[in-house]
Amino acid sequence: MTYTGNANWFQNSLTEHFLAFVFSQKGYFFLTRVMQTWSLVSICVLLGVVVRWGVSLNSYSGAQKPPMFGDYEAQRHWQEVTYNLPVQEWYFNNTDNDLNYWGLDYPPLTAYHSWICAYIAKIINPEWVELHRSRGYESPAHKLFMRTTVLVADVLIYIPAVVLYCLYLADGSSKKKVSTLFCFLLYPGLILIDHGHFQYNGVSLGFALWGVLALGLGWDALGSMAFSLALNYKQMELYHALPFFCYLLGKCVKDGLMGRGLFLLVRIAATVLATFALCWLPFLSDPSQALQVVRRIFPVGRGLFEDKVANTWCSLNTLIKIRSILSGDFQLYLSFALTILAVLPSSIRLLTKPTFWNFKLALVNSSLAFFLFSYQVHEKSILLVALPICLLLNDLPFTSAWFLQASTFSMLPLFLKDGLLVPYAVTSAAFLLLSICLLSVLDHCSEEEMELCTYKKLLFCHPKMDLACIVRWKFYISIAAMAGLSILSVALEPPRHLPDLFPVLVSTIAFLHFLGTFIHFNILQFSKLPSRKRQKKNN
Amino acid sequence: NMAVQSDVEPFLHFEVHRNWLAITHSLPVSSWYHENTSEWTLDYPPLFAWFEFGLSKVAQHFDKNMLLVENLNYASPETVMFQRLSVIFTDLVFIFAVRECSRCVQVQKVSRDILDQPSFVLSVLLLWNFGLFVVDHIHFQYNGFLFGFLLLSVAKHLQSEHLQGALLFSILLNLKHIYLYVAPAYGVYLLRDYCFTRDVKDGSIGWRSFSLLRLLVLGGIVVSVFTLSVGPFLVMGQLPQVLSRLFPFKRGLCHAYWAPNIWALYNILDKVLVVLGVRLKLLQEAELPRASMTGGLVQEFQHSVLPSISPATTLFCTLLSILPAVVSIWRRPRGARGFLRCLLLCALGSFMFGWHVHEKAVLLVILPLSILAVESREDAGIFLLLSTTGHYSLFPLLHTPAELLIKVCLMLMFTTFSFTALRRLHRGKGSLLRPLEVFYLLGLVAVAIACEVVFPLSPWKHRLPFLPLLVTSVYCSVGVCYSFLRLYLSLWRSDCKAKQGGVKS
Repeated sequence: MTYTGNANWFQNSLTEHFLAFVFSQKGYFFLTRVMQTWSLVSICVLLGVVVRWGVSLNSYSGAQKPPMFGDYEAQRHWQEVTYNLPVQEWYFNNTDNDLNYWGLDYPPLTAYHSWICAYIAKIINPEWVELHRSRGYESPAHKLFMRTTVLVADVLIYIPAVVLYCLYLADGSSKKKVSTLFCFLLYPGLILIDHGHFQYNGVSLGFALWGVLALGLGWDALGSMAFSLALNYKQMELYHALPFFCYLLGKCVKDGLMGRGLFLLVRIAATVLATFALCWLPFLSDPSQALQVVRRIFPVGRGLFEDKVANTWCSLNTLIKIRSILSGDFQLYLSFALTILAVLPSSIRLLTKPTFWNFKLALVNSSLAFFLFSYQVHEKSILLVALPICLLLNDLPFTSAWFLQASTFSMLPLFLKDGLLVPYAVTSAAFLLLSICLLSVLDHCSEEEMELCTYKKLLFCHPKMDLACIVRWKFYISIAAMAGLSILSVALEPPRHLPDLFPVLVSTIAFLHFLGTFIHFNILQFSKLPSRKRQKKNN
Repeated sequence: NMAVQSDVEPFLHFEVHRNWLAITHSLPVSSWYHENTSEWTLDYPPLFAWFEFGLSKVAQHFDKNMLLVENLNYASPETVMFQRLSVIFTDLVFIFAVRECSRCVQVQKVSRDILDQPSFVLSVLLLWNFGLFVVDHIHFQYNGFLFGFLLLSVAKHLQSEHLQGALLFSILLNLKHIYLYVAPAYGVYLLRDYCFTRDVKDGSIGWRSFSLLRLLVLGGIVVSVFTLSVGPFLVMGQLPQVLSRLFPFKRGLCHAYWAPNIWALYNILDKVLVVLGVRLKLLQEAELPRASMTGGLVQEFQHSVLPSISPATTLFCTLLSILPAVVSIWRRPRGARGFLRCLLLCALGSFMFGWHVHEKAVLLVILPLSILAVESREDAGIFLLLSTTGHYSLFPLLHTPAELLIKVCLMLMFTTFSFTALRRLHRGKGSLLRPLEVFYLLGLVAVAIACEVVFPLSPWKHRLPFLPLLVTSVYCSVGVCYSFLRLYLSLWRSDCKAKQGGVKS
């Protein structure tokens, strides 16, 4: 009796306080302000959804291109396989599962996702997932269904993470937060790949973002769980693994490995192990099963690079034909060694100074290092770099917006192949405009804000030289070059003896941007933090 | 900021305009209004035909085949691209007009915050207008271009450049004759406010101040524009043919999908009476005319119990409905803003009572009302009510599953913005809408869910395919009628105020 009475009293007083607060002048203004922020946020989210859906009305990868089709058919095929075969046969080659035709080569979580989608597809139209006979199935209704699955995944996982990140972890006025959110959601690269080309990057990147968000808010165990999910959705998330590991380890060490730190470490390790175990549960009964999955996920036999990727190997290839000079194994070791070498500095820095700011920079550095030097990189992997860059949109608007533009540009040949020229042009132009208007990118490129002071010391520049001006001009030239090359590669036929001229030019220009960014962010991570803003961030 | 549009799939509706491009490009002027290979004959005034003629000169560089009259339903990717781009480019007129309008907005207090600036809010309300976006860039029409002329002419009147305003409006009339609906407001306003230079002190008309010169200049402008446009056809003796194309009274009282006006309520009342009559055995089912409701065809709709409506009746009702507004600005002119209010009443009155009204015509009210909405509280409330209802009534225009998400998101975006921004502009004095109005708007959500989600899954889908359209138009017509009354009320109030003050603004 007393307990309920107490509870009632407590409730009443709470309501009373709340109402008093609401009806007071201050409370009214507070409430309207909060409501305004949320209505702006909802407008941003709705626009993000509309743009995604608008892009998804366009063509997709491999549309009407038998016999192999493209990524769209791959995803559909996985639905077919996971629905019709028992779990034990998903990753094995047999009469019902031809691994040479888009065999499953992603970790189990992707497979489960396909399985769920397949169940829904079966309810709507059984023909979509019929074993063997549904191969290469295409119809407007099916396209609508597939596009919807991507959008649903985005709305459930990626978009909420972006919203929360921008509202809670980006600093500044609420208007600045909303502007950041706007640009973050409208980053063209991810939209075009997920909703145009057709993939589910939003899921893995979304989980990774949830991880970052949780770490930023101090919930380390939850963060590591979210990141483990990301890893189990797409093995490419390994690009981000080292910073997560170093940040958490560094934090534990800072807390003292004998006391609270140890407890934290054990908790995180347990969470990660449990998450992995849950994801791999059906494959754990038999070691050969698990081994086969691992073999499928990491295909070493596919060569140093494919197509035209804006990384070191492909760019070097225009000068030296590496693939014919070096043996296959040596290529593997070389790329492995270089990648480790490139990741090491930022990781060590993060290990010794585990701040959130350093963590974000390390995410960029690590993923860029992997993209530039590692083995078997796809052009789409640049999205893994774009995500941490998006996290910095608020702090370093100029550099981030520039990089994001370049990263979208680097995938131009892919978009042209998929017939996504119009959405590419429209979304890129819109993003450029947005970043200039909303983030006022061009106003934020004074030397101090771009952290260029270190360069002055490094390069022994004359103190009067205005580095910021030079950088701004570089930006204009690079935007003009990207726009010009985009137009050229659409309008002109390449000369007959150089059929790959434009893709090679695109990837080389993009590579120069990426290399520049890599060096810049590494220097940034090692430079002192002069401004007051950074001091706050250190706490 | 109109970036999304070109990603949206093309629709068959643009065949109309492709056909007009072909007609104006490949046929001599004398046969423009006689050509009838396609069922979509040219039924816009001559200046619009010339506009299409100009477009066709650009179009031939995209794809020559779209300019052949026999190529019915031709839609190559280049054609689609050209058509979409032409809408986007001609929208520049609209953007320019919005800029002019937002300059005329009265600012009470200067604020640093961009959301507090009425001119910014107005530009967003106009540029992001859901209805215009849907009708132009998804459904396909050149309304942005036409509304550009209308808003520009309104802006010119607000800036007291009456001659330019009149010139723009007469051009507009010759581009699309639907704007005849608001012509009474223009006529009376120009005559009263421009041709009479002074008022007597108590605000009544000063007959002595009549300026013949001004009337002559005004008349000269209007007549010369009309001569330029209709003249050639008059010389060729084709005027009756042109007019018969422009005013096809053979169509029914209501469009296939009933526009949310008084006739939608009239029709449903008739239907209810029939059902009741049959139930109560007052009527014999066999004797009733076969009223198929409007199941998708443009046809005459016969009323069973209530008297049928003739075009003359609708004309009479329309004139009656706009009469008080016109008389009011004749007796007590209240400057350009009074004129704008009268224009709105004319537009809404003809939407309410007109013959064969399209649901898109509601934009003729919503767009100019935005200007008043950022300036006055009362109008902001009407705007929120009317824009939400009117925009929702456009939903049936987009009916494929792929468009569902787009229309819902765009509508929510626009509505969220207009509510937030207008409430912020007019904060501090209670809410803009009355509780019952809020309740009505929430009902719209229920209607939307029922029509778009529940109904397609229900077994009624095959038996009563027209039910969602019916519910939508009837529910929306209640809101539109109510807004009409509220708009009249606001006119009456400002009338009273003017009487008390005795001085016009």
